Amino acid sequence: MGLKQNLHKLKEKYKGTKMEPAFNALHTFLYTPNDTTHSGAHVRSADDLKRTMNTVIMALVPCLIFGIFNTGYQHYAAIDNTLRLDPLGNFFTWDNFILGAWTVLPLVIVSYVVGLGVEFIFAIIKKHEVEEGYLVTGMLVPLIVPIDIPLWMLTVAVIFGVVIGKEVFGGTGMNILNPALTIRAFLFFAYPTWMSGDKVWVQGAQAMAGQPDAISGETILGTLAANGHPVYSVWDMFWGFIPGSVGETSTFLILIGGLFLIFTKIGSWRIMLSSVIGAIVMGLIFNGIVDQGWIQEGSKFYGLMSEVWWHQLIIGGLAFGIVYMATDPVTASQTNKGKWIYGFFIGFMAIMIRVFNPAYPEGVMLAILLMNVFAPTIDHYVVRGNIRKRMKRLKVKTA
Amino acid sequence: MALLSKKDSRLILDPLADNNPITIQVLGICSALAITAQLKASIVMALSVMVVLAVGNVVISLLRNVIPGKIRIIAQLIIVAALVIIVDQVLKAFAYELSKQLSVFIGLIITNCIIMGRFEAFALANKPWRSFLDGIGNAAGYGLILIIVGFFRELLGSGTLLGFKVLGDPIAKTGVYAFGYENNGFMLLSPMALIIIGIIIWAQRSRNKALIEE
Repeated sequence: MGLKQNLHKLKEKYKGTKMEPAFNALHTFLYTPNDTTHSGAHVRSADDLKRTMNTVIMALVPCLIFGIFNTGYQHYAAIDNTLRLDPLGNFFTWDNFILGAWTVLPLVIVSYVVGLGVEFIFAIIKKHEVEEGYLVTGMLVPLIVPIDIPLWMLTVAVIFGVVIGKEVFGGTGMNILNPALTIRAFLFFAYPTWMSGDKVWVQGAQAMAGQPDAISGETILGTLAANGHPVYSVWDMFWGFIPGSVGETSTFLILIGGLFLIFTKIGSWRIMLSSVIGAIVMGLIFNGIVDQGWIQEGSKFYGLMSEVWWHQLIIGGLAFGIVYMATDPVTASQTNKGKWIYGFFIGFMAIMIRVFNPAYPEGVMLAILLMNVFAPTIDHYVVRGNIRKRMKRLKVKTA
Repeated sequence: MALLSKKDSRLILDPLADNNPITIQVLGICSALAITAQLKASIVMALSVMVVLAVGNVVISLLRNVIPGKIRIIAQLIIVAALVIIVDQVLKAFAYELSKQLSVFIGLIITNCIIMGRFEAFALANKPWRSFLDGIGNAAGYGLILIIVGFFRELLGSGTLLGFKVLGDPIAKTGVYAFGYENNGFMLLSPMALIIIGIIIWAQRSRNKALIEE
């Protein structure tokens, strides 16, 4: 007897009991349900929510693997700076992988176990099917936190994010804010010392602080916000050999993931493109201000403002946020025109927050959350505008 | 309760739960978000509102046949303002540190919707003794929520209760801090107070389904 029969038998056994939703969820996650439609005229698509989610997860896996290697690489490179002379040669090594896997996989496991646990509990209490929403969130969360975040903090944040960010609104598909970013924002405001500074981005830096062989590593944004000069080359930034949250450093892999999402029609190209345009516009405005000499070198905004506009796209979590989180179909705008506006302001705001608020070195998280809130309003006016246009056309015809 | 008739005791007990000014009528949210980062401030605020509301209700009730309907809001405002100034001066005289911490929020009791709401809805139409009970009850319902929120915010945000380090010392790493626990900075920010009030509302309505509006 195969796994499927066993699962089916288990499911039958628990039918009608409290635990039914839990077994149903497991069953449909692994196999197509038995009760699909067989006849009659229906609109059908090969996609259901679970397949959509799985596609996004597939697009995230390269970032995860890269993040594992990068964790090890940043740790050893912080100890021995000469490794940075040949990043590619020293990157895909067993040492890097083992250290990375040892620290990244617990984050992934905690994120999934806690998040799905909360979803299962809610499904059993509220007697509905377990919703798939957490599959993507669970993968995003470990990729957007600093590597050394204590697991209990992650647990608290995931419970908060799933309950307050999603379940109180009615579960998957009803949430206003992106749950993964809600989790990150909670961590950011609750435990700021673990979410910013120069001690959290390199594995082991916090534990070794104060010792003679202490290591540290600041993100590029952190360095720029302090008017410093980052030591990384543009190619390092593009390939991702830089410190940062676990999975968001490699712009190259995010670009591949983004193209994959656009090709499979899961992610909206309108949002991605307009966000990039928004970021470029804001970057150019700041560059222009610097060129005009309206801001002096001593100003605290100078470091970030003078950064060349296209560098803004490849540093920090901007690319990751735009590709994987701004495009979340639940919290983004639904109308096509709305998507352009929504995306543009995400890029625009992200760079603005980055420059003007050194306390929040990465603006893309707050920019996306802010625009999540405005997305329904944007849609409302787009739809209203469309109705008005059509009414005018109707009047011309009937007149 | 032998002290109060059944009808009178409802005036006190209803606002504590099923007709709570904050969680059901959603009044007085501003101060509940602003001053609840510490338990002590919450308690002082609750007591101040109780004094103002109980005395104000009695005064309004005594004057209810004298105040002309057209200018009653102005009249009510003057009475609240006088009472709030008295409370503010008393605090400044006897608890200066606390009054500095509460800063403008004592003065802003004037704008607390619960107070004008009770004047309008109850004191203008009822006798002094019942108005007094109503004021005590509503202020107690308001204070109860303030104290719950203040309790959790101070405990989880600063690790203290009324200033005592109940969870240990975060700098010397004693108590729970020895295990790597850290204070939750989010608790000290006002949005978290809104979330805690939201959770109280959620718990209350899932316990008593009659409170859920259509």
